[in-house]
Amino acid sequence: MRRFLDAVGDAPRGVRIAGLVALALLAYALPLLNPPIITTPESDFRAVLFTVASYALVALGLNIVLGYAGLLDLGYVGFYAVGAYTVAVFGSLHGNLPFPLLMVLAVCITTASGLLLGAPTLRVRGDYLAIVTLGFGEIIRLVALNSEWLNGARGITGIPRPPSVELFEIPRLTWEGWVAYVDLGDKSVFMKFALLDATPYYWLTLTVIIFVLFADVLLQRSRVGRAWEATREDEEAAELNGVPTFRFKLLAFAMGAFVGGMSGALFASRQGSINPEPFVIQISILFLAAVVIGGQGNRWGAIVGAIVVAYLPERFREASEFRVLIFGLALLVLSNFRPQGLLPPRRRRRVNRETDRKQQMEGGVVHG
Amino acid sequence: MSLATFLDLTLSGLVVGAIYALFALGYTLVYGVLRLINFAHSEVFMWGSFAAVWLMMAMGARSGMSIPAAIGFLLLALIAAMAVSGAIALVVEKVAYSRLRHKNAPPLVALISAIGASFVLAEIMGLRDKIAGWVGLDGVLAPYVARARDTTSFPNPLPNVTLFEVADFPVRSNQLIVLFAALIMMVALDQFVRRSRLGRGVRAVSQDPEAAALMGINRDRVIQLTFLLGGLMAGAAALLYLMHIGVTRFNVGFILGIKAFTAAVLGGIGNIRGALLGGLTLGLAENYGSLIFGTEWKDVVAFCLLIVVLLFRPTGLLGESLGKARA
Repeated sequence: MRRFLDAVGDAPRGVRIAGLVALALLAYALPLLNPPIITTPESDFRAVLFTVASYALVALGLNIVLGYAGLLDLGYVGFYAVGAYTVAVFGSLHGNLPFPLLMVLAVCITTASGLLLGAPTLRVRGDYLAIVTLGFGEIIRLVALNSEWLNGARGITGIPRPPSVELFEIPRLTWEGWVAYVDLGDKSVFMKFALLDATPYYWLTLTVIIFVLFADVLLQRSRVGRAWEATREDEEAAELNGVPTFRFKLLAFAMGAFVGGMSGALFASRQGSINPEPFVIQISILFLAAVVIGGQGNRWGAIVGAIVVAYLPERFREASEFRVLIFGLALLVLSNFRPQGLLPPRRRRRVNRETDRKQQMEGGVVHG
Repeated sequence: MSLATFLDLTLSGLVVGAIYALFALGYTLVYGVLRLINFAHSEVFMWGSFAAVWLMMAMGARSGMSIPAAIGFLLLALIAAMAVSGAIALVVEKVAYSRLRHKNAPPLVALISAIGASFVLAEIMGLRDKIAGWVGLDGVLAPYVARARDTTSFPNPLPNVTLFEVADFPVRSNQLIVLFAALIMMVALDQFVRRSRLGRGVRAVSQDPEAAALMGINRDRVIQLTFLLGGLMAGAAALLYLMHIGVTRFNVGFILGIKAFTAAVLGGIGNIRGALLGGLTLGLAENYGSLIFGTEWKDVVAFCLLIVVLLFRPTGLLGESLGKARA
């Protein structure tokens, strides 16, 4: 595993890009291929794929806050909820704006809420931030639950979908054992956003993820990314070297909120109706688990973590009663036996490799 | 609003606040020595509450027993809850923390590990009927394991009598017992940490782990001790909670744990007296808040209070006295 990761990390740029393109194509094709073993027998595979994709998007956002800037956010679901509710409120309950405008609005309002929450609270020390953000997430949910203006527990229905352009139909595969058939009776219409078929939503989310990944790469390699890293490693030292840490932490918070809000908006549109119920703290913990299991600070790790957290429970639905138990055990085992995460950032891997080498050398002197 | 309502809210706020405070000690102590939020502490509490309920059921406690017998039963339940909670806390330390500590893993990983332990502990309780079924004991243990995901009620043998009235408001015996028992436990713990040899070790490790190690303090022992102390207090809190609320459930710990942690932060995490002040403040604020804005806004008031307090006093009401100023 480790050797494989190092080989990927050291591969020439061209090979890496080709690999990524192939991976992206495969991801786009997944709902059509419906491959055996990977597919979820107990629940709609396309819907599961959408869930996984929206978790991956959230994990990418949280990775900026947690992995890059090192801010422990336990209320990230709050931003997700703000995004979802913005779309619902201005698209259905108190207005009927079209979806693209709603998306923009959702992103603006969530980013603003991130700034609003961050401006006063980011001055408190790291560990306190955890409980403050947790409180924020709960406040958002309780306001949604108790406010008549937001329809309380009844929730909001009739949330607009993205405009459909029905260009052509794509058949999907069905499998009998290991033999694939083209199923002409079960087609996905290219970009027809409807309740039954989640495939277009999945494609849309995947596209958003790819854009976010590009922005993420650029951001991390820029001055901003280095400032975040410096802040995370040692805030005082960063400040002394002229990094305005507070401003960069606020920026990380806003960027994280931005991405989380986008995911929430897509979620609301896909569901068609929302209520406060799915925005509980436990979901925040799930997001957090995705980033940490994946390897905080590595965007690919965040995606892998999101897949683990969102896909595995659906895949093994037959054990549904024991899902949470198994998930808890998985968290325990993963964190104890792979504390650096499934895919730690490349630099961390190099550090680990060096430490190991040094220990081996020191060990050699002692025994030799 | 009548005076009686106000007194009622004040007293029940203090009672709930004292339970929060006792529960919060586990968070505060562990945070003091490890600088980590022990997420599994809520499940330590939950297991303690079930230990008390089961012991009462096994002994056949019911209302209408003689007072001395009832008190004896409650004391036994207290011991059982404290013992089980303490044991679970030690297990959590062993399973979720000690390995990672020796590996020098980043602190967030320990948080995830504790969250995993918390899920496992809660689900074992929530699936106890299935688990008993695997070993073929679901028939024998039926009263204990049936309806594992519903609430289980606590057969409190002690009658809840009205002791005296203040301005038409009846002060009940259970409330006073809970309040005073919680205060006594907290004072005992505070004195233990302040005066005893072991307590000195706890304070030393929380002030400077390296220097403490150089002075010959076994850090691992001290960490185990703090988990144990926190667990014992959580067990006591669990019994008092049962006396006050009357029911428990496999997921009772989650929200309560968040409240208790909020109380710890509010008072100044790592600070034992801060936990008391934070707990009482939180309990009162919740009750007064629900009086002003309505019950459904209770939690919003609690969290808003936390945010406002941290804005003006970033280290909580009393500051972090158990630990050092951050390096």
